[in-house]
Amino acid sequence: MKEFTWISKPYPRVDAEAKVTGRVRYADDLVLPGMLFCKLLRSHLPHARIRRIDTTRARSLPGVLAVLTGKDLPAHKFGILPTSQDQEALCVEKVRYVGDPVAAVAAIDEWTAEQAVRLIEVEYDPLPSYMTIEDALFKEGEPIHAQGNVHKEVSLEFGDVATGFEEADYIREDIFLYHGSAHLPLEEHAAVASYEPGDLLTVWSSTQVPHYLHRTLSKVLDLPMSRIRVIATPVGGGFGGKSDIFNHEIVVAALAMITGRPVKCTLTREEVFYTLRRHPTLMWVRTGVREDGTITAMHFRAILEGGAYGSYGVATTYYVGALQPITYKIPNYRFEGMRVFTNAPPGGPKRGHGTPQPRFALECHLDKIAEDLGMDPVELRRRNLVAPHTKTVNWLRITSCGLAECLKKVVEASRFHEKHRRLPRGRGVGLAVSGYLSGAGLPIYWNDLPHSQVHLQVDRSGSVTLSCGAIDIGQGSNSVLVYTVCEILGVSPEDVRLIVADTAITPIDLGSYSSRVTFMAGNAALQAAQRMRDLIAAAVAEKLGVPAESLIFQGRQVKVGGGEDRALSWREACEVAEARYGLLSATGTYTPPRLAGPYKGSGVGPSPAYSYSACVAEVQVDEETGVVSVEKIWIAHDIGRALNPLLVLGQVEGSVYMGLGEALMEDLSVRQGVIRVPSMLEYKSPTVKEMPEVEAFLIETVDPEGPFGAKECGQGPLLPVPPAIANAIYDAVRVRIDEVPITPEKVLKALERRRKGEEGRFGPGGFPAIRFKEPIRVAPPSPSSAGRVEPRP
Amino acid sequence: MPRLVRLHVNGQVHEVFTPPHRTLLELLREDLGLTGTKHGCELGECGACTVLVDGRPILACLALAVEVEGAEILTVEGLGRPGNLHPLQEAFMEVGALQCGYCTPGFLLSAKALLDQNPAPSRQEIHEALSGNLCRCTGYLRIVQAVERAAVKAR
Repeated sequence: MKEFTWISKPYPRVDAEAKVTGRVRYADDLVLPGMLFCKLLRSHLPHARIRRIDTTRARSLPGVLAVLTGKDLPAHKFGILPTSQDQEALCVEKVRYVGDPVAAVAAIDEWTAEQAVRLIEVEYDPLPSYMTIEDALFKEGEPIHAQGNVHKEVSLEFGDVATGFEEADYIREDIFLYHGSAHLPLEEHAAVASYEPGDLLTVWSSTQVPHYLHRTLSKVLDLPMSRIRVIATPVGGGFGGKSDIFNHEIVVAALAMITGRPVKCTLTREEVFYTLRRHPTLMWVRTGVREDGTITAMHFRAILEGGAYGSYGVATTYYVGALQPITYKIPNYRFEGMRVFTNAPPGGPKRGHGTPQPRFALECHLDKIAEDLGMDPVELRRRNLVAPHTKTVNWLRITSCGLAECLKKVVEASRFHEKHRRLPRGRGVGLAVSGYLSGAGLPIYWNDLPHSQVHLQVDRSGSVTLSCGAIDIGQGSNSVLVYTVCEILGVSPEDVRLIVADTAITPIDLGSYSSRVTFMAGNAALQAAQRMRDLIAAAVAEKLGVPAESLIFQGRQVKVGGGEDRALSWREACEVAEARYGLLSATGTYTPPRLAGPYKGSGVGPSPAYSYSACVAEVQVDEETGVVSVEKIWIAHDIGRALNPLLVLGQVEGSVYMGLGEALMEDLSVRQGVIRVPSMLEYKSPTVKEMPEVEAFLIETVDPEGPFGAKECGQGPLLPVPPAIANAIYDAVRVRIDEVPITPEKVLKALERRRKGEEGRFGPGGFPAIRFKEPIRVAPPSPSSAGRVEPRP
Repeated sequence: MPRLVRLHVNGQVHEVFTPPHRTLLELLREDLGLTGTKHGCELGECGACTVLVDGRPILACLALAVEVEGAEILTVEGLGRPGNLHPLQEAFMEVGALQCGYCTPGFLLSAKALLDQNPAPSRQEIHEALSGNLCRCTGYLRIVQAVERAAVKAR
């Protein structure tokens, strides 16, 4: 096997030095001459009609340059998904959650802008509000949106579930609740806009999706995309929380156009809490198994509390049902899902996008089934694991799959079998597995266009200019791009100048979401570098009179292979090639294969490759206080190939951390439309003191389609953590907490119930009586197509 | 009423005419252009704005600029520069103790204050010293490793 130079090596990230010296410019660090500051006036009511907005007093405050309301903007709604264009930059007719913006001010400083916002008078007619799933479904009154309070309903059946349940020897049902949580990036969202003569609008924003922001600005401002330049600044933490389009990004652009001066808006921490949250999700699952533990059928129902707007919610609803079959062979599967609007901040994608909730439910549910059957939970899972290179019942194409190896690794390393049901009371171990996408197989806007593109330019100095629309949100995409190009061209990072996420000069990448950047931009960078290498090799081969295939690009040299010691330096080689061909330019493109199955709704779930994870948690539960402390986490992750083990382990550990926070403490609950704890002190998240030891293992399966065989690692390893912890709590004190976060109060209540001789459980008591629509019935893929997956043309 | 304050920042003296309610964080970032010091909440909750005042870590968002007049203030820009990094900065890079980088300056300065006081801290002492700084990316493990590595290197 070829020895790599830059790939698979634990080099520091390429932006590390800039970051440790405080020299990275995040959005709020930008200052432009004459810059104004923007503040938004937000609704204090959860649901109300706007009767009148009077901005007279605000306008007359010295230092105020402009006051904007929704009526001053073109009447175009927006939304991240084409099917959910339901938001206004500033609300015109009504507000739908506490925090919905109704007006904005641009002033000479932040203090003046704040004062002016307080002088804006708004008269509202309050409307009945919908605070819970039950409210949304059953309460009478004017709905939040004209379509009614049901935003999306999905009903799909793959195979024949009724027959599957008939074949089962044992059937179990459970209900679970996963509360909402905050993304809580350390950087507050910020955007700066500048408007130059000639209709040239530039917007800098801490966004994960500069391309979608570009599209949206064009639509809502009635400006052609060619007049708009979006520059994503290095993102100070996203986790999905910056993957939507936000009101302030549009407002600063409009204010810059009106005032002719640059305008900045930085959200306060409280405003950040009101941007997006993980969907609170109520779930019901019924599974049939044979005596030997093999699954015969599964029926999964979920209701997502969607908050006030659509956001990615249609996709989220499908995601809640899509990925159960990628870890286990489920021959017959039915999914019914519904997303409802409530008068709360919108539900949006957060690390794992709609899949941590069902994964929690599924893995706890299987643990219970194993217990009921008197089976080892490891063995139950082993008997149902998917095989590599197969298709699932819902038509998802599995390629490489290291799940069995992941499971083996964590079970052995944790000595699971020596501990499970054998540790002293109060101490326990729990297990869970999961899988996740390496990028969504289909784009948000359905089209045949590439998902990621890279441009390379090389000149006579040997400088390599690498440009790509992808934005580094901390996950390390800049490093993946640079190290990939260095590997193929045999150059060093100091030879490469990287330009990212600037829609005026970088080719389009769809954005840093769905764990897609390493896979897709990585593949595009690989192709561009290979094409550049071929171009330079052809010129050098001609010059030296050797076959191009014999040339080796390594150590800043182009060497003649086959025992000869002739070589050109990289710079000389570039000079030869530029003299021969002129400007040296190469592009790379990645478009996923067509993967959608033959049914409506099949666009959510397909991915060119799936990552897999397995996790064992060991916990100590204090029965007096209900406090759970996680002693250690073992996690194995099938990464395909670790392009940079240092960065991959960082993603795995960071995912474990975030899963731990959601499992035990993070709860973004909303009471009467108001976030209970919109501060970082009161919104509990793990500090260094709560972080347990983590032993992480990387399993390399070398995926046939990933760049150098790589798959994702930024989201998948979060998924098994909450259920592994919940299962460990059961092992420790024999109570089931079917609701995250698992707070001490919940543990105590369950322990008390058990002491009283009741079921030792805390969790939702029921699932609303909803009649879901008749399912779309989908035949599973034929056995022949479920076999070996054909290579790409 | 605005008044003139003299601040010693990273070994340089700055004279700034400022209203008395201006925080040290605002003054550093907006008047001196030292944007390496970050803000994550401006309420003293996240630790991103940690700077050293006479060697002690403080939250620049909770300190008034007038309060620290005359004291020696150290920000990330004064900790080390490319080519001449502080051992903590090197260690953070080498072990991958940063991802998005937004909390990094605050962690570096909290860690420097610790190592200056206690060159061989136990893991528990490191946890204690860093418990006021939040990081959402790394899970803290590599940050702790980096501090341990820098401590060993400095000895």
